[in-house]
Amino acid sequence: MIFKRSKNSELNKEDEKAGNKQIRETANKDILFITYVFVMLFAALISYVAYFAAVKSDSVINNAYNSKRAELLAKKVIRGEILSRDGEVLARTVNEDGTEIREYPYGTLFAHSVGFFTQGSMGVESIANFTLLKSDDPIGLRLGNDLNGIKNRGDNVTTTFDIELQKTADLALGNRKGAVLVLDVRSGEILAMVSKPDFDPGRIDEIWEAVNADTENSPLLNRTTQGLYPPGSTFKIVTALEFMKEYPEAIDDYEFDCNGSFENEDVKISCYHGQKHGHLDLRSSFARSCNSSFANITSGLDRERFNTTCNELLFDSKLPSPFSYKKSYVDLRPDTGIGEVVQAGIGQGKTMLTPIHMAMITSAIANNGILMKPMVIKTVKNAGGNIVRRYEPQEYGRLVSEDNAAVLRSLMREVVVNGTGSKLLGTQGYEAAGKTGSAEYSKNKSMSHAWFTGFAPYDDPKVAVTVIVEGAGTGGDVAAPVARSVFDAWYANAH
Amino acid sequence: METIFLTFSKYILILFMLIYTFQCFYVFRFPDENDRNGIYIRQGIVMSLVYMTAFAQLYVCMKDAEVLKFYVTTQLLFWSVILLYRLLYPEANKLLVNNMCMLIGTGFIILVRLNYQKAAKQFTVVFISAVMSVVIPFILKTFKRLRRFYWLMALAGVGALAAVLIFSTAINGSKLNIRIGGISFQASEFVKIIFVFATAGILTCSKSEKRNMQSAVIAGIHVLLLVASKDLGSAIIFYMVYIIMLFVATGRKRYFMVGMAGAVFSSVIGYRIFSHVRVRVEAWQDPLGNIETSGYQIAQSLFAIGTGGFFGMGLSQGAPNRIPVVEADFIFAAISEELGVLFGICLILICVSCFVMFMNIAMRFNDMFYKLVAVGLAVTYGFQVFLTVGGVTKFIPLTGVTLPLVSYGSNSIMVSLIMFSVIQGLYVSVRKSNQSDGD
Repeated sequence: MIFKRSKNSELNKEDEKAGNKQIRETANKDILFITYVFVMLFAALISYVAYFAAVKSDSVINNAYNSKRAELLAKKVIRGEILSRDGEVLARTVNEDGTEIREYPYGTLFAHSVGFFTQGSMGVESIANFTLLKSDDPIGLRLGNDLNGIKNRGDNVTTTFDIELQKTADLALGNRKGAVLVLDVRSGEILAMVSKPDFDPGRIDEIWEAVNADTENSPLLNRTTQGLYPPGSTFKIVTALEFMKEYPEAIDDYEFDCNGSFENEDVKISCYHGQKHGHLDLRSSFARSCNSSFANITSGLDRERFNTTCNELLFDSKLPSPFSYKKSYVDLRPDTGIGEVVQAGIGQGKTMLTPIHMAMITSAIANNGILMKPMVIKTVKNAGGNIVRRYEPQEYGRLVSEDNAAVLRSLMREVVVNGTGSKLLGTQGYEAAGKTGSAEYSKNKSMSHAWFTGFAPYDDPKVAVTVIVEGAGTGGDVAAPVARSVFDAWYANAH
Repeated sequence: METIFLTFSKYILILFMLIYTFQCFYVFRFPDENDRNGIYIRQGIVMSLVYMTAFAQLYVCMKDAEVLKFYVTTQLLFWSVILLYRLLYPEANKLLVNNMCMLIGTGFIILVRLNYQKAAKQFTVVFISAVMSVVIPFILKTFKRLRRFYWLMALAGVGALAAVLIFSTAINGSKLNIRIGGISFQASEFVKIIFVFATAGILTCSKSEKRNMQSAVIAGIHVLLLVASKDLGSAIIFYMVYIIMLFVATGRKRYFMVGMAGAVFSSVIGYRIFSHVRVRVEAWQDPLGNIETSGYQIAQSLFAIGTGGFFGMGLSQGAPNRIPVVEADFIFAAISEELGVLFGICLILICVSCFVMFMNIAMRFNDMFYKLVAVGLAVTYGFQVFLTVGGVTKFIPLTGVTLPLVSYGSNSIMVSLIMFSVIQGLYVSVRKSNQSDGD
């Protein structure tokens, strides 16, 4: 009995030993597996950190909240130059008796677009703040400078700005308050950006308190991206688009008799200055900007779908704008009263947008429905002139279907040929198209912001122009001529 | 002259750090610890060079005799620790000793730059812990029966975490500390180690399914208490450590897969239920868009790392103090900003080499209990490094844990040192027994 038991236990011990060994081996295999998993996690982490430092950080660190570090860099680097698209200097740092001074050779012309950086920051000076303070000179040169206690030269930034177009837009706007934005519809390049009233960025430190205190004229406000305006009749582009989407067959059949006003239970809409437009189809309604007809169209639209279309056109959304901007909005909630919806349909009421947003919608229509992301920096070169980075045009996405974009273009051409945009008739060498707007902004109905947004050439669109002149009258009389000067200058430039 | 020195030494420092890091992995080419001695000595010299260069820079920038005093004292401390280990425990793993000193040293360098008072306080804690840690291998050797008290340890862990939940007041929304006799203890830090021992004990005392269930219940209570205290970082670490220990103990991949699926599932649930989780995720997705609120810390951290670039702004040349809690959770950002992202990557790699060495040691044990303890501590360490570095670089959402041995914080550094010493103790015992077996 005893003998047997001890033998058994011995056998068991042997088994156990073998079993334990097996368990150990599988355990070690599992430990190895876990080790690999962790090493892979860390490899991913390290790759990400390296990628961030090499690529991603450029856009991240360029932030107003990081201004302290910009000051630290400025101690070691001479801020680089900002150049126009053909290499003219728009901003540079010069050394006068040992102190660095930022010079803006074109004075007030690029006040908002090139901007400044010593009192807060604005414009390209803000967008490219860290790029201008980073030196990509050859490493040997930089090291030599470091060792000799000489500041390195920051990179230079070539913008998309066209000096001739900027001058023309500035001159055409004159002393009136307002804004002009010019986009290349195929690349999204911002060719000109004018906001009035302006200021001299070279003297920003002296004039800071005065311009900052001037709340009546707000000269510091970049009206192209931060000025929110009621769109007025330019919004009929959106309403017409929604109408085409909901009633594709009605584009050619729509009919309306205008007797000067449109009424339903909630609201009465009158045509501009009480005009009676008579018998209209969609084309003539759009061309002559008949409020009554568009109120009639809006009253038949599906509110939810209308709202969706507005969102697709970037209302209540983030805009792909390199400059800081205000969001546009439109009030088409399910509980919005029908009166307000009809108001929205003709661009009055609570709807507000910025000129750059209007320009984006226009350029998408001109570019077969596809919006190119607005861009302002073309290349970054080191001080020696070698290209460090080149920014390629980027597609934002499709805002409008190709077919609807084509119909909208023809409607906008009709505005010029047979409607409110007649000031753009008879242009030399090209044909323009667009939409006017006269947006009432106060109880006094005789006061209105003058809008024009359009593109050229009509048969092969290349450039979009959006103009607003504050409180100046009708879009057709006031804004369209400004746009025409810019289109003419663009055409002369291109040929 | 000063600028020349600072510029030169900035690059030299990175070069030394690269050499040190290379040596960390080069040792793995030699499977026998005895063949690695030469590398370890060279590595110790490079470490001293890194430390000297950095303090020379700090002295040039700060011109404070205190800095020199601090340098001499800490350098002597590191040499003593290395020497003491060689004398008392010749079988100890010297890569871990070197790395331990290197990581603490890096912490000292950046803490002196950020806040001298905190550096001095950190030194005191390191000194006390170092003395403690030298005797830990001895304690482990003497009390071999430690494993039998797993229920006691599990109870102690649960009790400590429950005490924190009930008695402590919330700081920034989370309950972390408990005060005993005027000293503040972060219970979850200490429980980390006890938890690993308790779990290893339960999983090895027998092989029944019942034991697996019991260990799961214990782990679950720990994790739930931490979730209730809103200490998310620790909760995630405990969870991962348990899943991996269970997987290694049972050898069932199924447990690992189910555990990972459970992690994903509970993250989703946590996101739905807890607003503080949503805030963290939101801050992670778009720190710049939420810069005025939840995204401020991460945005400042990214500014620091991004502006510093690969080579850094140079010690005392950046603005790391703009990052909130920079000395503790965000110390990696401060290091990257001033010493450079390259230096930062080297630091991660040093931590990885510690982790790999831990796992390597775990594989040498024949005894399943020790194996599990080593794996548990390795995963605790490795995962915490991943969470903190990933968090401050926006690779993953921020969980608010420290970088072991580098971050400021008495509890964190003490527990990290104990962890390293426990592994050393186990390693010493296995090498000794293997040598006597003639294995």
